[in-house]
Amino acid sequence: MAGLHKSDFKNPVVNWIDTRLPVFTMMQKEYGVFPTPKNFNYFWNFGALAMVNLMIMIATGIFLAMNYTPHVTMAFDSVERIMRDVNYGWMLRYAHANGASMFFIVTYIHIFRGLYYGSYKAPRELLWMLGVVILLLMMATAFMGYVLPWGQMSYWGATVITNLFSAIPVVGDSIVTWLWGGFSVDNPTLNRFFSLHYLLPFVLVGVIFLHIAALHITGSNNPLGIDVKSEQDTLPFHPYYTIKDSVGICVYLIVFAVLVFFAPNFFSAPDNYIQANPLVTPAEIVPEWYFLPFYAILRSVPNKLGGVSMMFGAIAVLFVLPWLDTSPVRSAKFRPIYRILFWVLVVAVIALGMVGAHRPEGAWVTIGRLATLYYFLHFLVILPVLGKLERPLPLPESISRPVIGGGPLPAGATAKPMEKV
Amino acid sequence: MADSMSATPMTGTHGHPSGGEVTKRDFLKLVAGAGAAVGVGAIVWPLVDSMNPAADVLALSSTEVTLTPIEAGQAITVVWRGKPVFVRHRTPKEIKEAEDVKLSALIDPQADSARVKAGHDQWLVVIGICTHLGCVPLGNAPSDPRGEWGGWFCPCHGSQYDTSGRVRHGPAPLNLAVPPYAFETDTKIKIG
Ligand code: HEM
Ligand code: FES
Repeated sequence: MAGLHKSDFKNPVVNWIDTRLPVFTMMQKEYGVFPTPKNFNYFWNFGALAMVNLMIMIATGIFLAMNYTPHVTMAFDSVERIMRDVNYGWMLRYAHANGASMFFIVTYIHIFRGLYYGSYKAPRELLWMLGVVILLLMMATAFMGYVLPWGQMSYWGATVITNLFSAIPVVGDSIVTWLWGGFSVDNPTLNRFFSLHYLLPFVLVGVIFLHIAALHITGSNNPLGIDVKSEQDTLPFHPYYTIKDSVGICVYLIVFAVLVFFAPNFFSAPDNYIQANPLVTPAEIVPEWYFLPFYAILRSVPNKLGGVSMMFGAIAVLFVLPWLDTSPVRSAKFRPIYRILFWVLVVAVIALGMVGAHRPEGAWVTIGRLATLYYFLHFLVILPVLGKLERPLPLPESISRPVIGGGPLPAGATAKPMEKV
Repeated sequence: MADSMSATPMTGTHGHPSGGEVTKRDFLKLVAGAGAAVGVGAIVWPLVDSMNPAADVLALSSTEVTLTPIEAGQAITVVWRGKPVFVRHRTPKEIKEAEDVKLSALIDPQADSARVKAGHDQWLVVIGICTHLGCVPLGNAPSDPRGEWGGWFCPCHGSQYDTSGRVRHGPAPLNLAVPPYAFETDTKIKIG
């Protein structure tokens, strides 16, 4: 039956609201007393950092939009005006442009954290898949944002990426024309990209809400990858992790500020300060750094449809990762072989990033193909097989009682070397 | 079925096997569902179609090009429907190279004669958009690289085209497209 919520809050105003709409109780439950594993390391900061980053993007973006003009003849000049004439416009734009880079740094670390500690495994499969949706939305948002200043890289990046869809058999060309709203990237394209660039961050907010809702059902994973056994293993989120996250946020803001104020063009391509010219492709077109590994996979396959499929496939494998990894042990800490292969994957992805930044010539082609091969082998072959072959190290009995020094273990722990998940 | 009208599923000669009896309610649900789907489609389609090229964008335009200033061996870029079009004045050597290739050696086999107008084979007119992912290939300016086959070189992912605009080296899958055009006089063409 419907009824008023019984609120424990003392403040009469808070209590009055909470009785009718228990948001204070909810916040208290989810962020105040929320039981959180007590052994987090600093890699568990990156979710909170991503949240802060998204808020910075939305705030700077809304104020940029007040001075931005989405029209092919005016967009470039309106961004230059933001840089030169609008009060603090330079700061808003540099914060927004570098904020996108920071967002991807933070998110990629967040994802690799999940890979290392097995956070995608049961029961957190859906939580992980929502994360992959967030990554896709971020990519779409950043791609369309990069088109808005209407520089040479904006224009040609948009041309190449939208043309990826022309690889689809039969309907490909109609899809591309539909995406463009014309026969090339032009004013209709810029208009709709602005509209969608404004919309998608708010869709992101929605999906992130679901991501966190799912997290608060399963609870957080932790560096040992074992389940929380009792209250002894946890701490209330506040003040312990609000403080730990605050430390991380300070470091993050320092790095961000150094970028914005001392190296604002560190990540940007100089060609984007030349206005878009549909008749001249710049000699070297490279996407933003955060797309380079995927771009390298695209170029490693000497076939149009093949390259495009592999590029999208690189993200699709992440979707099904929870079912590809057959090992019941989560944390790489207790998986001696997986731990090494994890770092091989990191090296392969960084190598792909470097390959993506260079012309596809000579050794770069070979490195690109090898790294692409490893990427897919890792997920599609190694992980399914490794779970069956690898002998995991004994798991500690609980978070409160980790294995110390690797000496003989209590009988219970050796008898049950694998966590039942 | 949970939503069956009768509490005890009928069996026997009239009913469906395993009690999966079709009721009037099933029928109504199906009709309502189908109606709703059509309704949603009718609302969504205008939204989706509004993103297709608008009437003014579709309106065909044509471009006239005077050929006299283009010396043999040179090429220019003109704009037609917002796209770059290459107009190239080929040298006899380039024409011969284009004609002598065996069709079996081509990625997208097409004879040179099918890509130029009869009697005007020194003029090659192609849309200057790489059939890979849409960059504008280099090769019109004298200082540009023209690739191994003397046509065009795409800076984006390294596709190469020959003196007939045919793709000779991937990743591009198709030849540069030939737009619709006609010779108005010997020295003037109309594209579109
Ligand atoms: C997920 C969050 C977001 C990401 C990753 C993102 C990313 C980007 C990127 C990479 C650029 C190009 C920066 C440049 O080189 O100039 C850009 C530009 C822009 N964004 Fe966003 N953005 C986000 C949210 C928003 C929001 C919520 C708005 C609100 C309207 C917005 C408005 C703009 C505007 C007006 C520009 C063009 C001005 C400029 O180029 O600096 N953005 N965005
Ligand atoms: S666009 Fe020309 S090779 Fe890719």
